[in-house]
Amino acid sequence: MTALLVMVGAAAGAPARWLVDQLVRRRAAGVFPWGTVLINVVGSLVLGVVLGVTSGGGGAVLVALLGTGFCCGFTTFSSFGFETVRLAEEGDYRQAVANVAASVALGLLAAFAGWSLGQAL
Amino acid sequence: MLDGPDSLPRTAAALPMAHAPWYAAGRLPLDPDLDAPEAAGAAKPGRVHWDVAAVVAAGGAVGGLARYGLNEALPQATSGFPWSTFVENVSGCALLGALLVYLLEVRAPSRYLRPLLGVGVLGGFTTFSAYTAELRELLLAGRAPLALAYLAASLLAGLLATVAGISIARGLLEPPEVVEPP
Repeated sequence: MTALLVMVGAAAGAPARWLVDQLVRRRAAGVFPWGTVLINVVGSLVLGVVLGVTSGGGGAVLVALLGTGFCCGFTTFSSFGFETVRLAEEGDYRQAVANVAASVALGLLAAFAGWSLGQAL
Repeated sequence: MLDGPDSLPRTAAALPMAHAPWYAAGRLPLDPDLDAPEAAGAAKPGRVHWDVAAVVAAGGAVGGLARYGLNEALPQATSGFPWSTFVENVSGCALLGALLVYLLEVRAPSRYLRPLLGVGVLGGFTTFSAYTAELRELLLAGRAPLALAYLAASLLAGLLATVAGISIARGLLEPPEVVEPP
């Protein structure tokens, strides 16, 4: 059952990531991977909310569907790594470092903020 | 600023490893998930290609299931090092690097393979949100050194795995360039 919920969530999360990446790519000039940064930060926020809401116990369905399924399928580490390596390869060290710093700092901040928000709900 | 005279040369040769025999100059796109606008058969901007979105969804379901399976196979000690996410993210990075070399430098262009395997399966298999959630948990559990180790190890191993995936795939899949005598 849990496996099915995770699959359904991830089947929504992956195309959502693909669509958001395209939307952002069309609007943002330059080589900085704004799309993946936005995706990973928003996904960290939403997962934080899900974990905060369910922190009192219960909510296994919500965690499997929205958390392990949607949020984890929506966010990506492989594209983040690939884009960072490609920026460095192109000599854009500043942007590569900025990508890592922004993704980790904002993502962690979003995880904290989302959890607090979820617990308040 | 970026293209000014002070910026670093925008070529793959700027990387020290670019001159190593095992690391060919990069011809891969900056965004692993989207076609370059000038690529042959690139998706036209402004249109949603629902057939491709469906393929991404199918890949995402497979990647998500594989991640769930690995989470179950590598049970997590409370406030311990998050091995399952670490293994998923690092292996996903290596596989994406190798996959893109195969799809974009070796194989003939395909409409569905990259959306299925790269965006869907590997994008769904790896996760950034679990990484940040686990970092938060470790920090709140008072295990700051372990959190820092997890933070740094994931980044370092993920980036090295990407480079390794690209390099190994190039070494295995691509014939060395034949240099014509002058």
